Amino acid sequence: MFKKILIANRGEIAVRVLRACHEMGIAAVVVYSDVDRVALHVRKADEAYPIGAAAASESYLNVQKILDVAQRSGADAIHPGYGFLSENAKFAQACADAGVKFIGPTPAAMEALGSKTRARQAMERAGVPFVPGTSRGVDSLEQAEEAAARIGYPVMLKAAAGGGGKGMRLVHEPGQFKSALEAARSEAERSFGDGEVYVEKAIVNPRHIEMQVLADEHGNTVYLGERECSLQRRHQKVLEEAPSPIVDPEMRQRMGGVAVRVAQAAAYTNAGTVEFLVDREKNFYFLEMNTRLQVEHPVTELITGLDLVHLQIRIAAGETLPFRQEEVQLRGHAIECRIYAEDPDHNYFPSPGRITLLLAPSGPGIRCDSGVYEGWNVPIDYDPLLAKLIGYGTDRNQAIARLTRALGEYFVGGIKTNIPLFRRILRDPDFCAAKLDTGFLDRMLQRPENDPVDSSKAEVAAIAAGMFVALAATSSRTDAGGAGRREAENCPSHWKSASRGEALR
Amino acid sequence: MLYDVSIDGKNYRLDLHHADGRWSCRLDGRDLEVDAVLARPDVLSLRIGNMAYEVKSERVDRDLHLWIGSTSFAVEVRDPRSLRSRVRSEDDRAPRKITAPMPGKVVRVLVREGDEIEIGAGVAVVEAMKMQNEIKSPKKGTVQKITAMEGATVNAGDVLAIVE
Repeated sequence: MFKKILIANRGEIAVRVLRACHEMGIAAVVVYSDVDRVALHVRKADEAYPIGAAAASESYLNVQKILDVAQRSGADAIHPGYGFLSENAKFAQACADAGVKFIGPTPAAMEALGSKTRARQAMERAGVPFVPGTSRGVDSLEQAEEAAARIGYPVMLKAAAGGGGKGMRLVHEPGQFKSALEAARSEAERSFGDGEVYVEKAIVNPRHIEMQVLADEHGNTVYLGERECSLQRRHQKVLEEAPSPIVDPEMRQRMGGVAVRVAQAAAYTNAGTVEFLVDREKNFYFLEMNTRLQVEHPVTELITGLDLVHLQIRIAAGETLPFRQEEVQLRGHAIECRIYAEDPDHNYFPSPGRITLLLAPSGPGIRCDSGVYEGWNVPIDYDPLLAKLIGYGTDRNQAIARLTRALGEYFVGGIKTNIPLFRRILRDPDFCAAKLDTGFLDRMLQRPENDPVDSSKAEVAAIAAGMFVALAATSSRTDAGGAGRREAENCPSHWKSASRGEALR
Repeated sequence: MLYDVSIDGKNYRLDLHHADGRWSCRLDGRDLEVDAVLARPDVLSLRIGNMAYEVKSERVDRDLHLWIGSTSFAVEVRDPRSLRSRVRSEDDRAPRKITAPMPGKVVRVLVREGDEIEIGAGVAVVEAMKMQNEIKSPKKGTVQKITAMEGATVNAGDVLAIVE
């Protein structure tokens, strides 16, 4: 087993990996940028090394600086977390060249899955289902119409060279085909200098469901059940749950089997996630494989009772998987809320700044993986994820009830967070009925907010406001010259300054 | 002590006295039995009769908010003996400063001085936390002055432009 692991990340995931290291008796080395000197992962680390300026390219994305720290600290492995260098095959290769174990898949597996065409050919041989389509450009209207008839409407026309929605047209019926094809072609020609267009089955309002896999370095690959990740805003996941409310044991077995075949086709090792689109008839189609630990891995941990980071480390150290597929059992239901520093009242603008007050929830069925603390100044330079709040229950309803209760206890003062968004989601009738798809959140946010504003508490607030001022005035009088005064000076209360200000007038 | 308290724009007259370890409280002429303890800075445990409340206090920039459960109230406390008035002018014809809502970097300025713009028109794009955000005009009018410079770093509350 490793003696010392370098964590090449920051925020909640660095803390989460660090905790696993300590649980396993492994020393944790961290790196930090100039703005992260007192970040939580640095406070909890055994060794900490500065690696440069706030810009990620100068620090957390700088391969050479991170490898230098590995060398200086004598770390025998590197955990990349998610984001930053986690899916960078060159980094994984550089680690191997430097004789430091990269906790993740091999560079070859990452490259195979990163390249769309090569991956697709290997997958098709392994019987992995893709969204039905022509996969190559169509030459004529007749050919395109024929393909559409075979696939079944609605279909999507897509620019072969495309991306970002350019050169895409949704076609509901044959009558629209001609004009849609011409429009898609000319748009593709204008945007990419290449008018090649192919036909694909349109999956309207799909679900996004992914399967967790684990593979050791001795040829054993298992799946650990799925996660439902359909709640997204601007293609960013917001809330995830496991298991998916629509996946039954039979479907799970089929999806899991496909996920294992995807991993095996790429000779994949360590933890990975196979993403699928699922249509209304519960047909599922391979989307891509994420070659890293996912943000939402805790929901799988809670329903399987497994610790994915422990297992990642053990696999990287050369151990065989300590269980077989048939020993994996799912129990209960888990839901994760991604708590971001963003302002729900201003179109979810990022809201960095100092956290003046932090009251974190706890109690039955609640897990809070946080990367922040009271007094910490959330920097503007990185992803605004503050923490992940995960609720576990015997069933989905209990998980929702516990999360709702925990969100009521959660308070982050000084900066804005998306906590109110989760209150709204968790009481939405469609969410509670598990009617989810990737368009759910956009539709919900377009509806006027039916927030039950409790104005009956206005009088309570009025009394509290006076009390804050009165108590500040009282304590500054009684504390004058006493021991409490120093404390008061270290921790200045705005109420106190307000009351002093009033007294001076 | 006498306070004029404004909660979400509604005014209350509050009289609080502390004597012999007890509070006496009069809110808009009604006597209430009240007990309050500061559990920690910014967290007040309040009892009114036997009803219990945990009230959190938060100051962002110059705005003061109290939170009861998940409801937030905008608060202003004044001492009625104070001579100074704190009423801020919200006259819509007056020039309005457009400020950065968060610290970040100005990536683009979308208007020029003298431009006529509509309410909601984009004025500048500020990047923070890897996200680009368009800062919109809160009113229709003429761009009187642009203080934002492309590439410059701004703090929350920094003036980007003035629209009149």
